[in-house]
Amino acid sequence: MIGIGILRHFGLTIATLAAMTMPSHAYTAYVSNEKGNSISVVDTEKMTTVATIKTGERPRGIEVSRDGKFVFVATGDDNTIQIIDTATRKIVGELPSGPDPEQFALDPAGKFLYVANEDDAAVTVIDVEARKAVAKIPVGVEPEGIAVSPDGKIVICTSETTSMAHFIDTTDRKVVANVLIGSRPRAAAFKPDGSELWITSEVGGGLSIIDPTTRKITKVVRFTIPGLRAEKIQPVGINITSDGKLGFVHLGPSNRIAVVDGTTHEVLKYLLVGQRVWHGAFTPDGKYLLAANGLSNDVSVIDVASLKVIKSVQVGELPWGVAMGSK
Amino acid sequence: MGRHAAWPRLLRSLPRKHTFLVVKLCLAVATCLVANWIGAPAAAESQPIKIGYLHGPLSKEKISLIDIPAPNEGLAGAQLAIDDNNTTGSFLGQRFELIESKIAEGDDPASAVKALADQGAAFIAVNLPATQLLQAADAGKASGEILINAGAPDERLREQDCRANVIHVAPTRFMLADALAQYLIVRKWRNWFLVSGSHDGDKAFADALRHAAKRFGAKIVAEKEFKDTGGARRTDSGLAEVQRQMIDLTQGVPDYDILVAADESEVFAGYLPYRTWTPRPVAGSAGLVPTTWDAAFDQWGALQLQNRFKKKYQRFMTPLDMQLWTAVRIVGEAAAHANTADAAQLFAYIKSPEFSVAAFKGQKLTLRDWNLQLRQPILLFDGRNTVSISPQEGFLHQTSELDTLGLDRPETKCKLR
Repeated sequence: MIGIGILRHFGLTIATLAAMTMPSHAYTAYVSNEKGNSISVVDTEKMTTVATIKTGERPRGIEVSRDGKFVFVATGDDNTIQIIDTATRKIVGELPSGPDPEQFALDPAGKFLYVANEDDAAVTVIDVEARKAVAKIPVGVEPEGIAVSPDGKIVICTSETTSMAHFIDTTDRKVVANVLIGSRPRAAAFKPDGSELWITSEVGGGLSIIDPTTRKITKVVRFTIPGLRAEKIQPVGINITSDGKLGFVHLGPSNRIAVVDGTTHEVLKYLLVGQRVWHGAFTPDGKYLLAANGLSNDVSVIDVASLKVIKSVQVGELPWGVAMGSK
Repeated sequence: MGRHAAWPRLLRSLPRKHTFLVVKLCLAVATCLVANWIGAPAAAESQPIKIGYLHGPLSKEKISLIDIPAPNEGLAGAQLAIDDNNTTGSFLGQRFELIESKIAEGDDPASAVKALADQGAAFIAVNLPATQLLQAADAGKASGEILINAGAPDERLREQDCRANVIHVAPTRFMLADALAQYLIVRKWRNWFLVSGSHDGDKAFADALRHAAKRFGAKIVAEKEFKDTGGARRTDSGLAEVQRQMIDLTQGVPDYDILVAADESEVFAGYLPYRTWTPRPVAGSAGLVPTTWDAAFDQWGALQLQNRFKKKYQRFMTPLDMQLWTAVRIVGEAAAHANTADAAQLFAYIKSPEFSVAAFKGQKLTLRDWNLQLRQPILLFDGRNTVSISPQEGFLHQTSELDTLGLDRPETKCKLR
């Protein structure tokens, strides 16, 4: 027993050392700090915060443009999406998001950006290059999560009080289908091959797996953690690996991320991270997942191969989400 | 958008005397467009689901000027829920309408219930005192009316006087008292000084607090009654008088941790904080108050509802607004999930184990099948902020922790009929 223990310990140390010293590609992670009114710039090689960019009020949803030149950040209390030049780290413009933007998504081409307007029961479509709103699509009460299908043909918007996932056709910008799901749906994500749509529910406490073709729920994954009250387990952000084999579901105030098997949808593991884990992003090489912990003001770094939390990086106040760019 | 932009041009091109006619025409067209949009994408125009709101006058007898109700308190919550139901309904081909009916204090509500039934409202959200509520329930029984009690906290409506056609959204006095008691026990403030008013509602809340003390292991070390002799509420230069009254009232009792006041009638409790003989906090009907909603509550997406409400009505959302919002949302939620407008089917779905409604409390709310009371967490509000939410951690229950609040199944006297 002791021998095995030592071996295990030794093995682990080597793995950890290897992970730390491996010549991984350097990327830049941008973390929105909801209360800090800033973005923390994290160097993923050093795994430290290397710069802080001041933003407008209450930055939450964050994405990097497809060409890597800009960061888009939704500053909800300023009712806009700010554009930051990644080279100069300066605010260079705005996108007309409509009121109180929180979550938004870029289409695969990076041409259009879809924003959920929580207080307006609408999705605003923005032409990124023209920096103009080109459409406003009525959806259910309190739209929240947004996802674009990998082929760019469908946008999903979840509405929290209506408890629906709205399927929006991106060609004629109309709602073409609605799927009723668990109470207060939050985030939505497609598997990279487009075969499944995953949606978290805050009150339902689960993850709905939807077939995007039939638009039917095929399975509901439940999360239970011994010793934790059900209302502490609030599934929020979803990150699915590029091969579709693993899904990481951020469980909010339970301070854990559930690792879900991409095929069987079984919960493989609960990773203990910082407090109130909300949203995250993979490094482009898929090696690490960075997850924003709102109440502990840090980002947990998860090694995807070993499914271990290997580091915590201090960022600004109340980190909300993460977006990845090149160095 | 392009379509709308064309109207002004059309107007300009017309001779002036025709403009008025065109504006009228535009309005008619716009109304049709809106109606169509709300109904879309359903193929056929569906029958609206009509929900009544039956209520009496709101009491303006409040200790604090801040608490005097807006004329549309309650009604605004119901209307906002109708809007929310209609947004969801627009994707399902369902439409909802609210019919308000106001009666005078002490009036028999039977004719009002009949009028609502005649207009096709099968569900009626009600804010009436217990006696009138029972009259309304019995008057609507034959025609299949289903009442949703959004105001009366009386235990008897869920116990010996329960009715099979009444759903209760308002929490009971026992639920409120238990929610407060759990928190005080967690804080280890076990020794209570209970001061009760002299009206029936005050006495009933005092009973609930005594029951809660016994249930969770608090000790009532002293009790006093504040007799309502009239004139205690706001009077010009009454402050000095009130201060002396409260000091007198709270003197000469054994030491205690917290003063717990039962004053539903709002005669004295609001004057207790900072005026007690010994420096002790106040809870119950003043100080730390158990409630269903407060304007500072922002957890679990509540901020969105607060924003939506404030934008529409230019005031804060109150507990009564929230109780009516929840009552009307229950019908909307059932209609969406059962996919029907038929009242009997909707009621059957609401009573089924599948039913739940989200009301920004971090968990789904369900009905107790033995008396149709909505299970719900209770907020503890200090007048500025939400201090805590009960049930407190550690108060366990075999079916739902929410059933640690209020009378439980084994204790019930209710036989639904």
